[in-house]
Amino acid sequence: MPDTLLFAMEATLNGLTAGVMYALVALGFVLIFKASGIFNFAQGVMALFAALTLVGFQSGQIPFSHLINAIFGTRLHHFGWNMPTLLAIPATVAVMILLAILVERFILKHLINQEPIILFMATIGLAYFLEGVGDIMWGAEVKALDVGLPKGMSDTVDELTFNWFGYGFFIDRLEIWAAGIAAILVASLTIFSQYTKQGRALRAVADDHQAALSVGISLRFIWVLTWSIAGIVALVAGIMWGSKSGVQFSLSLIALKALPVLILGGFTSIPGAIVGGLIIGVGEKLFDFFMQPIVGGATENWFAYMLALVFLLFRPQGLFGEKIIERV
Amino acid sequence: MLDTQPDPKSDDGYTTADGRKIGGVAMEMKNITLRFGGVVAIKDISFDIRWGEVRAIIGPNGAGKSSMLNVISGFYNPQEGEIIYKGYRRPRMRPYQVARTGIARTFQNIALFEGMSVLDNIMTGRLHHMKANLFQQALWWGKASREEQENREKVEKIIDFLEIQHIRKTPVARLPYGLKKRVELARALAAEPSILLLDEPMAGMNVEEKEDMSRFILDVNDEFGTTTVLIEHDMGVVMDLSDRVVVMDYGKKIGDGTPDEVRNNEEVIKAYLGVAHD
Repeated sequence: MPDTLLFAMEATLNGLTAGVMYALVALGFVLIFKASGIFNFAQGVMALFAALTLVGFQSGQIPFSHLINAIFGTRLHHFGWNMPTLLAIPATVAVMILLAILVERFILKHLINQEPIILFMATIGLAYFLEGVGDIMWGAEVKALDVGLPKGMSDTVDELTFNWFGYGFFIDRLEIWAAGIAAILVASLTIFSQYTKQGRALRAVADDHQAALSVGISLRFIWVLTWSIAGIVALVAGIMWGSKSGVQFSLSLIALKALPVLILGGFTSIPGAIVGGLIIGVGEKLFDFFMQPIVGGATENWFAYMLALVFLLFRPQGLFGEKIIERV
Repeated sequence: MLDTQPDPKSDDGYTTADGRKIGGVAMEMKNITLRFGGVVAIKDISFDIRWGEVRAIIGPNGAGKSSMLNVISGFYNPQEGEIIYKGYRRPRMRPYQVARTGIARTFQNIALFEGMSVLDNIMTGRLHHMKANLFQQALWWGKASREEQENREKVEKIIDFLEIQHIRKTPVARLPYGLKKRVELARALAAEPSILLLDEPMAGMNVEEKEDMSRFILDVNDEFGTTTVLIEHDMGVVMDLSDRVVVMDYGKKIGDGTPDEVRNNEEVIKAYLGVAHD
């Protein structure tokens, strides 16, 4: 087999696994957008915040220690113990649920019946607020996150492909795990929304507030529920990205990569977020592979946005989004 | 259906001309006043709703009929007055809480879940009848599967009753107006309400659709004994359907009684029907 083809196949596989990581972030956006029509700008920061909190719990860091030290002249930084991962994850989930309750209590509740653009602005504010809180609470330095997921080259894939093609593919084991976890996540979200009472209520609220009230659904409960789930999805994304490249504040910028994913997949479709993520992942890897000799690389930074632009021109609702019909 | 039958022990009920037994008072509105800022939408109105009857609220545009319905369903909270429901004074409640006390409603301009199928829409009416917890439901285990089965049976019965079997799986957004109204009625019925509120169920319908809807409202009342409160513009329809009528004008009650009594009430004729033109 010619080398170029093999390299292209490897790039495709790497693109698929990278795409899963994008899809994980995009999922959180879709959930909130479906249930409340809000484009939650803070989703990326929520992933960062969740990852920070998880590392903080794991390493026994004292929250707000810099602030406390600055005020009282103390020199606190750690409790002196390490929390096991199995305990730290539920603790972080609890924090994300608390965050959802606070968001509903202090933001959403006061903005009922406002235009989506106003809610969108509020989430921009939330993003910066949360980033600041994360900084004060846990510090701004880059931290390593290890929840025990395997990392590094997958020897199995390497051997297998070497035996088949005489060339071993490089695939990160972490990304294979990410794909598996994303699949489980999507499956459980689908079961939740299609087969449970709360899921049905969630879809109902997404569709029509008045009608939902009239059948006895509490909007506030559903909003807390939605934001909690989005918080948990953010935690999963935060764990994956944090394990891959460390927990750092640039993590919140991966949210921007979710935008083209959403434009491709449609803002309202969970499968769309997955497929959109995969297309962007594969697209940018292959584009980079073939265009590198011509333009000299670094196309991964802009390819996704260009693809999104093309989509906006020809299919603004995305691949799986609800068709936009304007009745007059 | 539970709770909707006339209370046989109550002695203050009455029997209608066509021989239906109407029970005691299900809900009593006492001196309700509703204001929006300086505008008085409802001014000191009192009336009652009896178990098993079809009670109509009529009046010209802007008379406050829809506001009254919104007060009953908890979408508006009146500044003054009280609501006695099933013998107890009802505290301030949110609309979803009112819905859970057995009051179902439809809307003047249809509030359905457009993205869902007809069946899913009607199933949402049964949400607060489902008791199984999240994990049982997700795993289809224990109480959940039996419960879903029971709920599906009830819903299927309503679907048969309202003759919408052929559109069970159709997304609501694709349905014509008349059928949407019928699906909305089905969703309200699925909740097995003690009191069913219908906000202009026949608005915008053609004659044939109106006849169908009237028949369904009467059949529902006959079959399930559902207490029904309806708002309607079409005088003919109201007089045929209802047992007793409240007439509103400019937020005030100007008449209350059987269709015949109301028809002959001087003030009602003046306000609602207008002065004779001939």
